[in-house]
Amino acid sequence: MSKRIDVSDLNVYYGDFRAVEDVSITIEAKSVTAFIGPSGCGKSTFLRTLNRMHEVIPGARVEGKVLLDGDNLYGDGVDPVTVRSQIGMVFQRPNPFPTMSIRDNVLAGVKLNSRRISKSDADSLVEKSLQGANLWNEVKDRLDKPGSGLSGGQQQRLCIARAIAVSPDVILMDEPCSALDPISTLAIEDLINELKDEYTVVIVTHNMQQAARVSDKTAFFNIAGTGKPGKLIEYADTATIFNNPGEKSTEDYVSGRFG
Amino acid sequence: MATLMTERKRSALTRGRLPKYTPYVIALSAVVIAAALMSLIGFHVFGWAVLSAVLFVIGNVTAAGVVEGRRKATDKFATSLVYGAFLVALLPLISVIWTVLVNGVPGLLTPGFLSTSMNGVTGAVDNASVKDGTPVVGGVYHALMGSVMITLWATLISVPVGLLTAIYLVEYSAGNTFSKVITFLVDVMTGIPSIVAGLFAAAFFAMILGPGTKTGFVAAVALSVLMIPVVVRSSEEMLKIVPNELREAAYALGVRKWRTILKVVIPTAISGIASGVTLAIARVIGETAPLLVTAGFATTINMNVFSGWMASLPTFIYTQIMTPTSPSNADPSTQRAWAAALLLIILVMLLNLGARLVARLFAPKTGR
Repeated sequence: MSKRIDVSDLNVYYGDFRAVEDVSITIEAKSVTAFIGPSGCGKSTFLRTLNRMHEVIPGARVEGKVLLDGDNLYGDGVDPVTVRSQIGMVFQRPNPFPTMSIRDNVLAGVKLNSRRISKSDADSLVEKSLQGANLWNEVKDRLDKPGSGLSGGQQQRLCIARAIAVSPDVILMDEPCSALDPISTLAIEDLINELKDEYTVVIVTHNMQQAARVSDKTAFFNIAGTGKPGKLIEYADTATIFNNPGEKSTEDYVSGRFG
Repeated sequence: MATLMTERKRSALTRGRLPKYTPYVIALSAVVIAAALMSLIGFHVFGWAVLSAVLFVIGNVTAAGVVEGRRKATDKFATSLVYGAFLVALLPLISVIWTVLVNGVPGLLTPGFLSTSMNGVTGAVDNASVKDGTPVVGGVYHALMGSVMITLWATLISVPVGLLTAIYLVEYSAGNTFSKVITFLVDVMTGIPSIVAGLFAAAFFAMILGPGTKTGFVAAVALSVLMIPVVVRSSEEMLKIVPNELREAAYALGVRKWRTILKVVIPTAISGIASGVTLAIARVIGETAPLLVTAGFATTINMNVFSGWMASLPTFIYTQIMTPTSPSNADPSTQRAWAAALLLIILVMLLNLGARLVARLFAPKTGR
């Protein structure tokens, strides 16, 4: 399952401060979309509005529409919990639950919601999710060990397994490799390439090579200056953004002349 | 042709340094000189120790100042201050434990001390045991059980109230005015004198159940007034240090807030919360004043906290010392009081050890 996302005229606020201004973007189903841009340009903030995680921060609010296959996430009476169970998220720092085993971490989405699941179903869900996150072979003999005993790269793949275990339509990744070494990064990038067969993937990254390697389309965000809101400058096929960008600032950024 | 350099006997790098044995020599001389000085003005062990220490510090610092320079002298002086402060802080503790051990062990080892109450133990019995030299009868079982029951009930009241308050403050309040008021009041509650808590509970139950209501439960309420702020404070700190990332990870899986708190936040913080609660129990189990006005005294076993007066270890110690069972022969009562004091200290120590054990047992495992 995977769904497309249509964002129109989205403004994101922290209290009175407008962090992101007038973003309209269409994210295709079964594709990888990368958000790039300098620090503080609002790309992570924007990503968090796509599964209503933004409003977890006190004072944060959103204006505008985000359509998930035509359903407005910010419509009246929409339960953010329902939204989040359909749009999963992987964070910058690996954050497995320290009190749970590897197996329980994968099953967290099910167990924390106290949904009943038979042992055989649970076993096959754990295996399927860990296979999906390319982690099964490394951990299959120690599923009952704590998740925090894994290496950073393994923990991050465990978090991805945890996210796909609830079978979402979309997976959001907020700089998933920034805390990882090159080898673990490669493992995650390979995984992203496989995930797009089944899911819509949106990834925020500081690493332009990574955006070039993994994404089909790339969105470049920028800010005019400190205290100004971030804006979507350009959104196009990744090849276009990196080889033949339409905007001067995009070209400067991807060629390393600023930022 | 390079020749191998041999190591010099006296390194140029250690020039101007005192040899390693210097402090021992100074310490020995300080002890001897202090003994000599003390013998002039009348010998006294405590004065001897203090004078030796002072002489040692002066000698050590002066020697360092003359040979090694100002920086080393300052270092030695500061080190002496730190060690001195540590010893001063330790002294009362060791002294208390020693005194209680010496006075309490005979009573504690008396057969039946832990398993009998004071029921039927009268002045005549104590007089007889002093006169005939027979073992002291009567024990602390009723007080021990009273303490356990009262503290248990206080814990049952305080933990839910305190933990839920902490959860509100950390997870729901978002720093609003109401939460600031609660935090302020909790801080004020921490400083309430324990007798005031006792009076509050006594007055409260006098109002609803009639004057003179003294039961174990009233005492438990008084203790929980003292315990709640401690539980709130420690649980709040523990919940605060649970990384926000874990909450967000749970939200991102489509888990509701209350489930996140119940199944992610609290389990992550449970070791700290549990040890905080245990320390709060240790803090109130030795309270005397609030128990005197709320649970009264009893010489018999009463396991029902909802009716009748109830004994407890602190009030047992108090009554045995202040109103000995046999006014003419106070020794048996004094012995029982010391033994009860020792028992109380052992209980508090066990609770502290328990807190560490609990913290270790519940701590998130990190094994591979």
